[in-house]
Amino acid sequence: MTSKLIQTDRFSLSDDERAAIEHEMQHYEDPRAASIEALKIVQKARGWVPDGAAEAIGALLGIPASDVEGVATFYSQIFRQPVGRHIIRLCDSMVCYINGHEAIQQALHQELGIGLGGTSRDGRFTLLPVCCLGNCDKAPTLMIDDDTHSRLDTATVTQLLERYP
Amino acid sequence: MSCVSLSTANRVPRPADTHPLTWRLRDDGEPVWLDEYQRQNGYSAARHALSQLSPEEITQQVKDSGLKGRGGAGFPTGVKWGLMPKDESLDKRYLLCNADEMEPNTYKDRLLMEQLPHLLIEGMLISARALKAYRGYIFLRGEYVDCARHLNRAVEEAKAAGLLGRNILGSGFDFELFVHTGAGRYICGEETALISSLEGRRANPRSKPPFPAAVGVWGKPTCVNNVETLCNVPAIIGNGVAWYQALARPGSEDHGSKLMGFSGKVKQPGLWELPFGIPARELLEDYAGGMRAGSRLKAWQPGGAGTGFLLPEHLDAPMYAAAIAKVGTRMGTGLAMALDDSVNMVGLLRNMEEFFSRESCGFCTPCRDGLPWSVKLLRALELGQGQPGDIETLEQLCDFLGPGRTFCAHAPGAVEPLASALKYFRNEFEAGIVHPAHAEHNQPTALEV
Repeated sequence: MTSKLIQTDRFSLSDDERAAIEHEMQHYEDPRAASIEALKIVQKARGWVPDGAAEAIGALLGIPASDVEGVATFYSQIFRQPVGRHIIRLCDSMVCYINGHEAIQQALHQELGIGLGGTSRDGRFTLLPVCCLGNCDKAPTLMIDDDTHSRLDTATVTQLLERYP
Repeated sequence: MSCVSLSTANRVPRPADTHPLTWRLRDDGEPVWLDEYQRQNGYSAARHALSQLSPEEITQQVKDSGLKGRGGAGFPTGVKWGLMPKDESLDKRYLLCNADEMEPNTYKDRLLMEQLPHLLIEGMLISARALKAYRGYIFLRGEYVDCARHLNRAVEEAKAAGLLGRNILGSGFDFELFVHTGAGRYICGEETALISSLEGRRANPRSKPPFPAAVGVWGKPTCVNNVETLCNVPAIIGNGVAWYQALARPGSEDHGSKLMGFSGKVKQPGLWELPFGIPARELLEDYAGGMRAGSRLKAWQPGGAGTGFLLPEHLDAPMYAAAIAKVGTRMGTGLAMALDDSVNMVGLLRNMEEFFSRESCGFCTPCRDGLPWSVKLLRALELGQGQPGDIETLEQLCDFLGPGRTFCAHAPGAVEPLASALKYFRNEFEAGIVHPAHAEHNQPTALEV
């Protein structure tokens, strides 16, 4: 498993990624401020942030690669290892907890064979916990990619997965 | 397709003179774009402020209105604005909107941004004028993808209509506004952590003083206000201070209306714009429909994970800061949660402290090490494997992680619900302790693994 995580190929930003990051840099007083957006741009194109990206982004922004890596590993929505085609963000905050989010998590575990932080063997889903999704009047709730789904139960959540091939 | 945030606030009667935040909401939950917003008097307060009022006069009106921050801490907004430096040579000033809504049980800013993006933009425009800010950022949590889409479209509409950019409405005032999306982590909602994050750094809170008004983003004077706070500004300027002060129920020491909610084991969980001073009981019974059939109120929390638990006997407390403080906690965000007897407090607190522990930025020791310890103790108690002394250790942690002991308000917020649960429901924690005869050792569950 470890060998998969170490990318030996040389990393370089694509022209599109570079242009998008340079565009973002103009929105701030200081290029460093675009570091989080830059990581999100790379992640959007590749699904995750491969090794080497920190150095390339750091060079473009004029900051040390270690600072970019420090940012990449701090924020929970930046992925430093490969993830599935679809990201399930399961709200585990207190209102979802009292409305049965643990049962939803178990149903997902049964269906996909993964716990929190895991990726299904077919590479289709990665399951992550997320801070309160601000949908507490419709709990329990989760997001799959950019879609928010509300008032879930164990039956509807498994049906829901079929919409994400 | 209607917004995720379509809620009870879209369905109740909402006259403009009592519901300044929500009267423009559509019944179908679709966003209100520029044409519709302007037809409903939108941007008229901004026009008035930019053509008739000086920055100082705007600040004074907001100060006189008694508006307080709606993000949970409740600091007077006009006073915060007044902290900005008087030195005119400091001409690069920033207005940041804290739209990093992540407090468990908080779903109010999402509604405003998804459905009324122009209300926030108008609020920011007037506020920026008062603060003499040349640029603003809406710091939005990354998961609010619809808010990002709607805000970006609204910003483009406003720019095209001359409501943002250079020489706005011919006033000579320039203001540029950007939507900045985050990448996770609850701590970004702490205002100095938000500044660190906006600068592209790890979201560690900063020491205060210096306050952001003196040294903020990129070292410049900066004001950070919550979404709902800024959305109050147009109506204060448009309708005046006397009207605003008449909104709350008699006796309330806080002014205006507030997005309030009740979630959890209630019949009809929801969100409503209500006057400050409404009794919590009215919110629960008349708006949320009371408890679900067959369930009885065991405890409630007035405003988010960082506030303490209260009992049914506290339900007559009116919803405003000083009244909730009198019964022992803070009003927080004003979005309450109801628990019934099916909820075990030890399991619930374990869930809550897991959240606070995961979201600690790790900078200061009490928070970084104390919160995981509390989780370990609560897990042991939940499994009935607590050791004699574990409850006393939890109480000690409530003290060591309390106000004044840590770098920011994260850990004090984390232990407030824990301390109240230990106070009111101690027997549930005691039930998790193994009988002394069966204890493996007579020592509390230690931190080391």
